[in-house]
Amino acid sequence: MIHFKINKFNKQQAVFGILFMMPWFIGFIIFGLYPMIMSIYYSLCRYDVLRIPQFIGFGNYEKLIFEDPYFWISISNTLVYTVLRVPLCIIGSLLLAVLVNNAVRGVKFFRTIYFIPSIVTGVVLSVVWLWMFNPQFGLINSFLAYMGIPGPLWLLDPNWSKPSMVLMSVWSIGGGRMLVFLAALQGVPKHLFEAVDIDGGGWWAKFKNITIPMLSPVIFLWSVLEIIFSLQVFVEAYIMTQGGPLNSTMFYNLYLYNKAFNDFEMGYASALAWLLLVISLIITVIQFRLSKRWVHYDGVTK
Amino acid sequence: MKTQTNRKIIKSTFIYLLLSIFALFFIIPFLWILSTSLKGDAQIFTIPPQWIPETFHWDNYSKVFDRIPFLLYVKNSVFVSAIIITGTVLSSSIVAYSFACLNWPGRNFLFIIVLASMMLPIQVIMIPVFVFFKEIGWLNSFKPLTLPSFLGGSAFSIFLLRQFFLSIPRDLLDSARIDGCSEFRIYWNIVLPNAKPALATVAILTFMFSWNDFLGPLIYLSDQAKGTIALGLGMFVGQYVTEWSLLMAASMLMMLPMLLIFFVFQKYFIQGFIMSGLKD
Repeated sequence: MIHFKINKFNKQQAVFGILFMMPWFIGFIIFGLYPMIMSIYYSLCRYDVLRIPQFIGFGNYEKLIFEDPYFWISISNTLVYTVLRVPLCIIGSLLLAVLVNNAVRGVKFFRTIYFIPSIVTGVVLSVVWLWMFNPQFGLINSFLAYMGIPGPLWLLDPNWSKPSMVLMSVWSIGGGRMLVFLAALQGVPKHLFEAVDIDGGGWWAKFKNITIPMLSPVIFLWSVLEIIFSLQVFVEAYIMTQGGPLNSTMFYNLYLYNKAFNDFEMGYASALAWLLLVISLIITVIQFRLSKRWVHYDGVTK
Repeated sequence: MKTQTNRKIIKSTFIYLLLSIFALFFIIPFLWILSTSLKGDAQIFTIPPQWIPETFHWDNYSKVFDRIPFLLYVKNSVFVSAIIITGTVLSSSIVAYSFACLNWPGRNFLFIIVLASMMLPIQVIMIPVFVFFKEIGWLNSFKPLTLPSFLGGSAFSIFLLRQFFLSIPRDLLDSARIDGCSEFRIYWNIVLPNAKPALATVAILTFMFSWNDFLGPLIYLSDQAKGTIALGLGMFVGQYVTEWSLLMAASMLMMLPMLLIFFVFQKYFIQGFIMSGLKD
């Protein structure tokens, strides 16, 4: 009797389980699987939306790898941006987390302050920092001038445009990532730090020998995510520079957007999108390979 | 003994010094935006800059509404965000309930696909989805922005809610089942009321996303009357690139709802940010 009941429940559960997950499944087919397959197909076609796609094999891929200088410019811009941004973001917010992990009075207030910029993203962030970076009247150069330092042209200088955007992004995301690391840091057993105190080690010894190894899974996870995010940078460049000056902020997705929605070369843009996915996957796989050398999962307290 | 207390004082002074420097780094841009938004044209371009304007130009804020159809943009954004939040909270919670509390064949495999889809760059699906909406004649309407939220919301919100639902005791659900409670009623009357903090977190993160979303409106909405506030501000920059006081006033207005929500629902806001770092 009981057995029968459980069986009935199980069957019922399976029916309702599949029924309840259907919204996601339908969404996944329409907005995930189908577009992914179509995008492979488009990438092998010449397609301007108005006429039906015309199959050309690997023509788009050949053209963008061998004939399109902007493809390489946009890749190198995006990689430089990523290489500048990810370490600064991770190390900066990690050090910030260590700082606000000090049990001093009022530290919660500082944590809140640091977090507030995290709610400023996208267009607002870009507009605000466009003004911050204004070479003549912006806040940064006014401050530098006050200190007697002639400031650079920031977004108007091809050498400074990418570092400028990195600085902006660290401002906006640093406090948010700090909280992530802080949560992990508070899970580290206190006696480990006390052991370093007994050995007479300072904060650097703690940071190097306890904090980084203990937090390595979280650091690793966020390195993977931050790289993926960085490779997809778009809105900042679209609003602030439109890819200039001298194409120095022509990032991959900005180029892709221009190809797709300005030139209506949908096939070409689809090929760009698939190459981006392949590049992201390769970088992620390399990271997982390297992670075995420095990520310690044994110390994780869940 | 005395040197030890001295060292402690030096250490805490040093900590406060560092804390204050970073506090300035994070907070000064906000004061700068506020200050600029209240300045007249002449006061903006002064060296060194004035922090507190001689006269407060509150009319900059009303000018924003005159120069561009700002009120319309706000209405559109509120409308779109409200629908997206409703859709995401309802659909991702029922999907998460299925993944967390119900046993069915293939569940674990499909959940891995949910997780993997979080990593998928939007650019890979953007073009076919655009073509799809164009074919069915939905371009220049809000439907391409709102409809997907009813189909599972975002993978991240499914994930976040599933993690939370897993912590609801199984016995509670099972005893309800034995009492003859239907699965939908368990979801609606037991799981959802117990998950308010997680639902609030999802709602807030979804609001932040939809309020700030630029790429979606940029692709789907070409009619100015359909513009959202993010799109409107983006266009405003192109047209009025030197009118910084108006641009900063518009930015302040766009930030305001998020700042309010942050201060009122700080706990959920921060929880959402941290939970997104606890994928295991």
